[in-house]
Amino acid sequence: MRRLTWFNTTSLALGFAFLYLPMVILIIFSFNESRLVTVWAGFSTKWYGELLQNQAFLDAALVTLKVGVASSTIATVLGTMAAYVLVRGGRFFGRTLFSGMIYAPLVMPEVITGLSLLLLFISIGLDRGMFTIVLAHATFSMCYVSVVVSSRLVSFDKSLEEAALDLGSSAFEAFRLVTLPIIAPAVVSGWLLALTLSLDDLVIASFVAGPSSTTLPIKIFSSVRLGVSPEINALSTILILIVAVGTISASLVTKRAVKRRQAEEQMAAG
Amino acid sequence: MNQSAEKTVFAPWHDPDETPLIAFSNVTKRFGDFTAIDSISLDIYRREFFALLGPSGCGKTTLMRMLGGFETPTSGTITIDGQDMAGVPPNKRAVNMMFQSYALFPHLSVWDNIAFGLRRDRLPKEQVAARVEEMIKLVRLDKFARRKPHQISGGQRQRVALARSLAKAPKLLLLDEPLGALDKKLRQDTQFELMDIQEKTGTTFVIVTHDQEEAMTVASRIAVMDDGRLIQVDTPDRIYETPNSVYVADFIGDVNLIEGNASPRGDGKTLLHWAEGQPPLVAECPHAPETQARCTFAIRPEKVSISKDRPSDRTNVIQGRIEDIAYLGSLSVYSVLLANGTRVKAQTANNRRLSRRELTWEDDVWLSWTETAGIVLDK
Repeated sequence: MRRLTWFNTTSLALGFAFLYLPMVILIIFSFNESRLVTVWAGFSTKWYGELLQNQAFLDAALVTLKVGVASSTIATVLGTMAAYVLVRGGRFFGRTLFSGMIYAPLVMPEVITGLSLLLLFISIGLDRGMFTIVLAHATFSMCYVSVVVSSRLVSFDKSLEEAALDLGSSAFEAFRLVTLPIIAPAVVSGWLLALTLSLDDLVIASFVAGPSSTTLPIKIFSSVRLGVSPEINALSTILILIVAVGTISASLVTKRAVKRRQAEEQMAAG
Repeated sequence: MNQSAEKTVFAPWHDPDETPLIAFSNVTKRFGDFTAIDSISLDIYRREFFALLGPSGCGKTTLMRMLGGFETPTSGTITIDGQDMAGVPPNKRAVNMMFQSYALFPHLSVWDNIAFGLRRDRLPKEQVAARVEEMIKLVRLDKFARRKPHQISGGQRQRVALARSLAKAPKLLLLDEPLGALDKKLRQDTQFELMDIQEKTGTTFVIVTHDQEEAMTVASRIAVMDDGRLIQVDTPDRIYETPNSVYVADFIGDVNLIEGNASPRGDGKTLLHWAEGQPPLVAECPHAPETQARCTFAIRPEKVSISKDRPSDRTNVIQGRIEDIAYLGSLSVYSVLLANGTRVKAQTANNRRLSRRELTWEDDVWLSWTETAGIVLDK
């Protein structure tokens, strides 16, 4: 094991400071007694209490949660299907184009995704509201799910599916009874990733949201324009916590599954 | 007496009244430009233990996967029990397969793995349970029914895979290198177990293997394949004793090959002129050449006798010098260098301790064999 030299330690500290110092400051000031965001006046949790009284914020949080759950579920279903076709479909006509188009939203500027979705919804006469946000979020997060699931499917032993077919199950039964339970950890972490993406999306949501459907990021953004209140700090702290828990559990699910698979493979080899 | 003796011999391929269970006719399979199977016609009968044998890439696995429904022939037809299999998917065939990797479902217990196929047939619960218990007994896994596949040994996993593929009582069981992952000792035991189970269940087995010993042990007939074609289809003893080509002779077991010019002697035997100044070898030739032709003489090492003195009662006698001795415990193999540079192996059983001690390195010895011991092959 190599030791940490002073140079390494410094770069590590600077790197982490660059990444997390703003968030740390935000979290600290969420416990500030004073109404002035920049002046420390003692520890207090009163802004968390006030936040719970703020109906507008609570409504926005509920909308965000509903949108997140709905869109990430749709994205997971579609993304898993796309991944399955890409990995298992063999070389069908237009496969390269299809895979390129699935992964394109990963690098597409969000402004363009949002704008094009807005134009689509207007042209087909769809009223903007929670439903349109769900559709928009499902659209851009399904490619993330697809990436996560297809990387698992690549290492999946195809003969398991063939064995299921051989034993009399239909293609769908083989997927439901054999493939899905085995790739479930990847699907779950894909879902958590999609949920996290949906919870913190501002740009796309602000294009396709209607007046009745303000998500939390939109609400925060608009209230910050009137000045940063300690309430926002408290809310942001909670959001950071939720996102952190989501990401960490997604990576834990994946890690545990990988570990178990390695253990199983070792057992199989020995 | 004679009749009852004949009855016990299992040879449906000689019976003109017997209809084959599986019939390949002019089956060809191409993957792009690559021809995996080249116009194969083959009949396999009920209750046979049929082995497809060949080096990797010879098309044996493709041939088997076509029976399972995982590959479709580019041209030609495959019938199973008289039914044309074109367009019948794997889940609609009374054929089950034991995969090389076993393909056990890792998230299901041994019990549920075996029950998987039965449940797909929507059988009542009690019937599934009864059949699974029966299969578990058959492969002696009673103690491990509740374990997951990764909690049992390789040999046990192999037996789970076998039980799972037999549970639906298929007309035909396909085995893709079923013993490849087991060590040698376990493999030998399992071979006999496989034969035993095949006899008990009366299922037709088709096994794919690259291990010629395994094929010889288990199979009623062997198809030797090379380059997408069948080279020879016959019983193990005939494949060994009367191979139809140098390829088969060389692929199955150990063999001495001596090239020479063959000419018929007139009494059904063939003379092989193999070296200047040496008397020709006398041997049988199933496809005797009309005139002189370039041929290869093949003889198994165990059919070559080795002695210090010239034997007087053998037709074929050659002198040489012992170059190498391999002591294998039960056998010794002598590599003898002939005057023209050819090496011939002779094998003797060590049926006495320290027997053959009179033969050692650099000894001049006589190799001899009878007229029927070897065979002249024209290709």
